[in-house]
Amino acid sequence: MSEVIFDGRSLPVRPGQTVAAVLLAAGVRSWRTTRVAGRPRGLFCGIGACFDCLVTVNGTPSVRACLTEARPGDVIATRDGAGRAV
Amino acid sequence: MPVVRCDVVVIGGGPAGLAAASAAAAHGSVAVVDLAARPGGQFYRRPADVPPTPLAARCAARGVTMLTGRRVFLVESGFTVHTDGEPVTADAVVIATGAHDRPVPFPGWDLPGVLTAGGAQALLKGSRVLPGRRIVVAGTGPFLLPVATGLASAGARVAGVFEANSPARFARHAGVVWRHPDKLAEAARHLAVLARHRVPVRNRHTVLAAHGTDGVTAVTVAKVDRDWRPVKGTEWRIDCDTVAVGCGFVPQIDLGTALGCATDLVAGTAVLRVDGRQATTVPGVFAAGEVTGIGGVRLSLVEGMIAGRAASGVDVPVRLERQRAGHRAFAAALADVYPVRKGWLGNLTGDTLLCRCEEVDHHTVRAAVTELGARDARAVKLLTRAGMGWCQGRMCGDAVACAVADLTGRAPDPTDMTRRMLAQPVRLGDLANDTLEDR
Repeated sequence: MSEVIFDGRSLPVRPGQTVAAVLLAAGVRSWRTTRVAGRPRGLFCGIGACFDCLVTVNGTPSVRACLTEARPGDVIATRDGAGRAV
Repeated sequence: MPVVRCDVVVIGGGPAGLAAASAAAAHGSVAVVDLAARPGGQFYRRPADVPPTPLAARCAARGVTMLTGRRVFLVESGFTVHTDGEPVTADAVVIATGAHDRPVPFPGWDLPGVLTAGGAQALLKGSRVLPGRRIVVAGTGPFLLPVATGLASAGARVAGVFEANSPARFARHAGVVWRHPDKLAEAARHLAVLARHRVPVRNRHTVLAAHGTDGVTAVTVAKVDRDWRPVKGTEWRIDCDTVAVGCGFVPQIDLGTALGCATDLVAGTAVLRVDGRQATTVPGVFAAGEVTGIGGVRLSLVEGMIAGRAASGVDVPVRLERQRAGHRAFAAALADVYPVRKGWLGNLTGDTLLCRCEEVDHHTVRAAVTELGARDARAVKLLTRAGMGWCQGRMCGDAVACAVADLTGRAPDPTDMTRRMLAQPVRLGDLANDTLEDR
């Protein structure tokens, strides 16, 4: 079974799907909150231009979920506010 | 770090870029650099288990080096293309970086569940995933129809397609439309699919606001006049979990402007100025596709074929120039029928965000003009941080320019918000690795 781990949950992934697609297919609409007002954010432009869909993948912060292909075993984590430098 | 050397480097692997690369590869060595994992751009986006477009296969057969998954942050004169991988050097550059949706802000447009029409289509075409179950499609332009038919055919309930303009204006362009019967047939096909799925399609209607707390749960739509001002008493509410919005496209010209390429304002958006050979005002730099003006896939392919030849120093056949003129005439008609009108500004509330990244609302932008004395969008950017966030003004640039112009009475200048020395965020580690060993 091909799965990724999202904040401790197992979500199914099909080959070539983006991280954003895996999350939306599982009903997850937001995976980040904003720095100033803590607003929830998820996919917006969907093609790498808006940076709203930033997420942490395998420890690498600020990855665009719309561009990054999910691979089985990936660990995906939500991010609050400004995030961390490392 | 090793360097990729070639005669022509093409930035962007969509229709224009692949056509340019394929044409140039007949005369010399060519590399294509693209952000995505696979070539094709937005139009030829396909799932991973489907072979890429034949055009990409032709490039491969002609020996084109395909560098995918690379962010190009700077093109240096001479030319060196700097990426988060190895740099590419070439004698000529073709900029074919395409365009992204032009979003027009409305109250609630930053709620999860509101996404661009292009984003909804990319999700479906690339990953076979729907952004939601009950979807409202809104904005303006012919692109809304294929987005809605795609979503409906894949099993979404499309609760309505709301086009803010009226296609009746095509009557003014009957001569041009008559010469492109294929486009009419395409629109008719989309409308037939939507009718079969019982999707209501309303012209001169728009989404006034999206409602919800953690995500969108409903929208208010209304009839609008020709300037996009809502007609009082026509508002109604539609329950939905997703809103796909798009008001045309914004060409991604930043690599060209950073090189010093001149721009023109076409239908309110800045495009790279090109001559008959698709050459920009900077020698050795060519541009093709949506960066020279929004025109669709056929125009992009023709411009790419011309740019690829021109960048190789080869003559351009008159046949291609004639095709380009025909497609450009149709694009001009579309731009006239589907403009962004000012009425959307009247629907904003003070707390509607214009800049999503830095969370700058309409009230703050207005105060920068009326209280702090800003006279253009660039001054507003410096005073409010609008356009200084992750997207560098890609999402808010046009909106802020329009909001400021509305207050100052001057014409909006979108280039105020689109100057970017670096076109992509760069990690310090990438910069440290980015040295040309044998320079």
